[in-house]
Amino acid sequence: MAVLELPDWMALAPALILAGTALVLFLIDSIEPHSTNRTLLSGTAVAGSLSSLAVAVWFTVAGVGATGIENYGVIDIMDGQFVVDQLALYFMIIIAVVTALVTVASYDYLQDHTYQAEYYSLVVLAATGMSMMAASNSLVTIFIALELTSLPSYALVAILKDNRGSVEAGLKYFLIGALSSAIFVYGVSLVYGATGSLQLTRIAAVLESGDGAVAEMGGLLGLGILMLIGGIAFKTASVPFHFWAPEAYEGAPAPISAFLSSASKAAGFVLAFRVFTTAFPLEATTGIIGIDWTLAFAILAIVTMTLGNFAAATQENVKRMLAYSSIGHAGYVLIGLAALSADGGDLVMGAAMMHLLVYGFMNTGAFLFVGLAEYWGVGRTFEDYNGLAERAPFACGAMAVFMFSLAGVPPFSGFWSKYLLYTELINAAADNTALLVLAAALVINSALSLYYYSRLVKALWIEEPLLDRDRLAQPTGLYAAIIAAAVMTIVLLPAFGPVADAALEAAAAVVA
Amino acid sequence: MMIEALIAVALIGALVTFVAPNRIAGKLAFVISLVPAALSLWLFAAFDGSGNALLDGELAFESQAAWLEIGDHSISWFVGLDGISLPLVVLTTILCTLAIVSSWTPIDDRESQFYGLILFIEANLIGVFSALDFFLWFVFWEAVLIPMYLLIGIWGGPRRKYAAIKFFVYTNVASLVMFGSFIALVFGLGDSVTSFALPEIATAMRNGGLDGLFGLGGPALASVVFIGMFLGFAVKVPIVPFHTWLPDAHVEAPTPASVLLAGVLLKMGTYALLRFNFTMFPEQVEAYAIPIAAIAVISVIYGAMLALAQTDLKRIVAYSSVSSMGYVILGLVAYTTFGVGGATFQMVSHGLISGLMFMAVGVIYNATHTRMVTDMSGMADRMPIAVGILIAGAFGYMGLPLMSGFYGEFTIFFGTFGSELLDYSPLFTSLAMFGIVIVAGYLLFALQRTVFGPYRLETDYEVSRAPVHDIASMGVLLGLIILLGVAPALIFDMITDAIEPIIGGGL
Repeated sequence: MAVLELPDWMALAPALILAGTALVLFLIDSIEPHSTNRTLLSGTAVAGSLSSLAVAVWFTVAGVGATGIENYGVIDIMDGQFVVDQLALYFMIIIAVVTALVTVASYDYLQDHTYQAEYYSLVVLAATGMSMMAASNSLVTIFIALELTSLPSYALVAILKDNRGSVEAGLKYFLIGALSSAIFVYGVSLVYGATGSLQLTRIAAVLESGDGAVAEMGGLLGLGILMLIGGIAFKTASVPFHFWAPEAYEGAPAPISAFLSSASKAAGFVLAFRVFTTAFPLEATTGIIGIDWTLAFAILAIVTMTLGNFAAATQENVKRMLAYSSIGHAGYVLIGLAALSADGGDLVMGAAMMHLLVYGFMNTGAFLFVGLAEYWGVGRTFEDYNGLAERAPFACGAMAVFMFSLAGVPPFSGFWSKYLLYTELINAAADNTALLVLAAALVINSALSLYYYSRLVKALWIEEPLLDRDRLAQPTGLYAAIIAAAVMTIVLLPAFGPVADAALEAAAAVVA
Repeated sequence: MMIEALIAVALIGALVTFVAPNRIAGKLAFVISLVPAALSLWLFAAFDGSGNALLDGELAFESQAAWLEIGDHSISWFVGLDGISLPLVVLTTILCTLAIVSSWTPIDDRESQFYGLILFIEANLIGVFSALDFFLWFVFWEAVLIPMYLLIGIWGGPRRKYAAIKFFVYTNVASLVMFGSFIALVFGLGDSVTSFALPEIATAMRNGGLDGLFGLGGPALASVVFIGMFLGFAVKVPIVPFHTWLPDAHVEAPTPASVLLAGVLLKMGTYALLRFNFTMFPEQVEAYAIPIAAIAVISVIYGAMLALAQTDLKRIVAYSSVSSMGYVILGLVAYTTFGVGGATFQMVSHGLISGLMFMAVGVIYNATHTRMVTDMSGMADRMPIAVGILIAGAFGYMGLPLMSGFYGEFTIFFGTFGSELLDYSPLFTSLAMFGIVIVAGYLLFALQRTVFGPYRLETDYEVSRAPVHDIASMGVLLGLIILLGVAPALIFDMITDAIEPIIGGGL
């Protein structure tokens, strides 16, 4: 039953609005090829993503897809190929937020660019794919959404066609992406071979009944699951498919780096949460393949966060540091899957989801600040950033907010998500003491991360500038996006209640 | 709503100051900071609480509002004051105002940011002392780090970058350890707590509600948590051997930041020890009394010896803080009304005296641009009033009767000597008392060489009388030190009232 008696497919409205926006952008491009009307193009993309955001928030507040309310409940679309529940809407919100911030910031970043319309339509198209990914409930629709996201992303990374770095990054991203897509699809075929089904709930039903040949094909299924994890690791920039991230983020235009590292990562995680909570119920799957899949995520989480943090600490290039920090944060979020076997695992997953939302603001903002620095034409290393605060105190203040929030220091909202994750992990460790290892890894990495985040703050605020600069320009779009992200990063500290509720309910609904 | 008003004024004031022009920022911040100072004095006058905030006491100025729910536990905005926290809040607001005044001379770069950060610290410090929900308290506790990091890093001395990051990383790692321990405690309490409110947790702990966790039994878990939290707070206090960040931070910090660092930030550590370890774990306090007392005595003696070896005035005062904090720990572990009460009194008293000492050193530095004992002598000749106050403060430090330092140390020794909980307490007390001799030694030695004798200065600066505003702010502190020395009951009564529920009566 949907709100206002609308047809069920309308529940996908946040994704459909994005798809419609992409089509409108194509239309504009066909009416006026090579349009340089930035206001129209950027405005359309922003309006589309903001409407998507508004609808997703409205649906969440109205209780669309919510379980536990009378006459409501999870909405199945196309015979369970898509599903709209709180989890889907929660991630649609994250994706729409990041898309809006990125398209606002691109207004200035793409000032003299030739392919304006193409750029915006690709961004919105990729966002459509991500939004669909949040609602996909079958391995086929998941793969389609995955490709709908990936293909525009490859093009976007390489869109600065005259820039060697951008093209090289695009090629690397494409090659690794194609490889991981192949692995993913092979995993899909193995899972299909073992269970005879592609729809996630039916896979779970087959596994739980243990009927027929499934019980004999534990190895096949296990291999299939491992390959699915590989595909997810690529999308979320986790070990072992993380190494494209520093290259791609460094070479890509900064707004696209922001887009990939925040929205694309979130989309990868909703996929992981959805597939593993719905399709592979722990006990049944463990019974068949003989090993607990949370173990794989626990190992990946520790390796990913440690590698990301240690690599970030040694970087000289700010964008690469942020890229590795983004790998580190993927490690934190993986904890959400690693703790699922314990009592209270749904709370850990909820906390991981909170982290993704907050991360959507703080990480996007941080990459957009790098975009602003590129716009100003300052260099790429920490040293080049020295003393920028004297010329642009507001933007640098916002960047300090992002850095401290990424490090999890209050009074910024990154504090909540990181410490609630830590809290719930210790709670879950009461049931499964092995999780204390994860908690220890989280503490060590979190303490280490303070070093390189504060290093950037130090460069901006404490160091003396290398050369005397005139007053720096204040491009409206970039500034607006950065300040908006910073304000949200701060405001979510006192106003974290609704976020926590939404994430915990969504997690509880799928884990149960 | 009074506490909220205090915090809000400081926070909004911080924002306003941050965007104000540099030229008026100092005066503006001073005027703004007068509001929380006046309000906190009003709170002091209107205080109607009784008992301990964590143990079923009557809270003053209490207010509570739901914040978020996570699992079976709720987190709320929950503030209130009792006889322990109120004096510390008043200390904070007064010291912040005076620190702002003492910044007028030395700070001549990016003033609006500097004063904005001081007000921001003030808001968080008030929060630390008034918050009664663990998460809320932790937000304030950690939020103090960022402005202090920037104050040291931007306006500090030559090695400021090193000192700032060392301060930040040390205290942050300590906080993470402490946080993890405390959360384990909350989950170990199982169903007997439904929120992170400190009173609820403290009551449940004292009612023996702690079940095991991680395969540890109740008592074992309590010990692990007690040690974890003790280590976490020990860095902040700091207790030897976790004190190494302190001299670096103090020496590099600009004088006003040193005033706040020594005056209030160190008290965060001892306050937290009192609120958490010494209120929630009476059995562990008893079990670990001897090692803690030993560490306290080592801090007293070793800190004083280190101070004796310094030739930088600021380093001398910095190391002497390590020594003074040792007394506080000793008083806490004695676990008698006079011991713990004296320790709490000493927190306030040391806040005033060390604040005064740092200000005086700052005034001398502003005039001479050196802090080396060997670089100067006969300063009394050129700045008689400032040096007079410095000498008075030094005597307060040494524990001259009728000054607050005497009453604090005397009650600590009195309370410790007769402690039943601490074995060999006379031995520990007499060892610690020896620290006073060393304090007198290094302070008199330093004073003799710098302020008396014929005037001599190695640097090329013309030294004249200290500015009136500096004299005034030092005078206010000296007045408060003497006031508390003459009439300690002003705050000691409310302190003991709040401490008795912890100890359960006795000396």
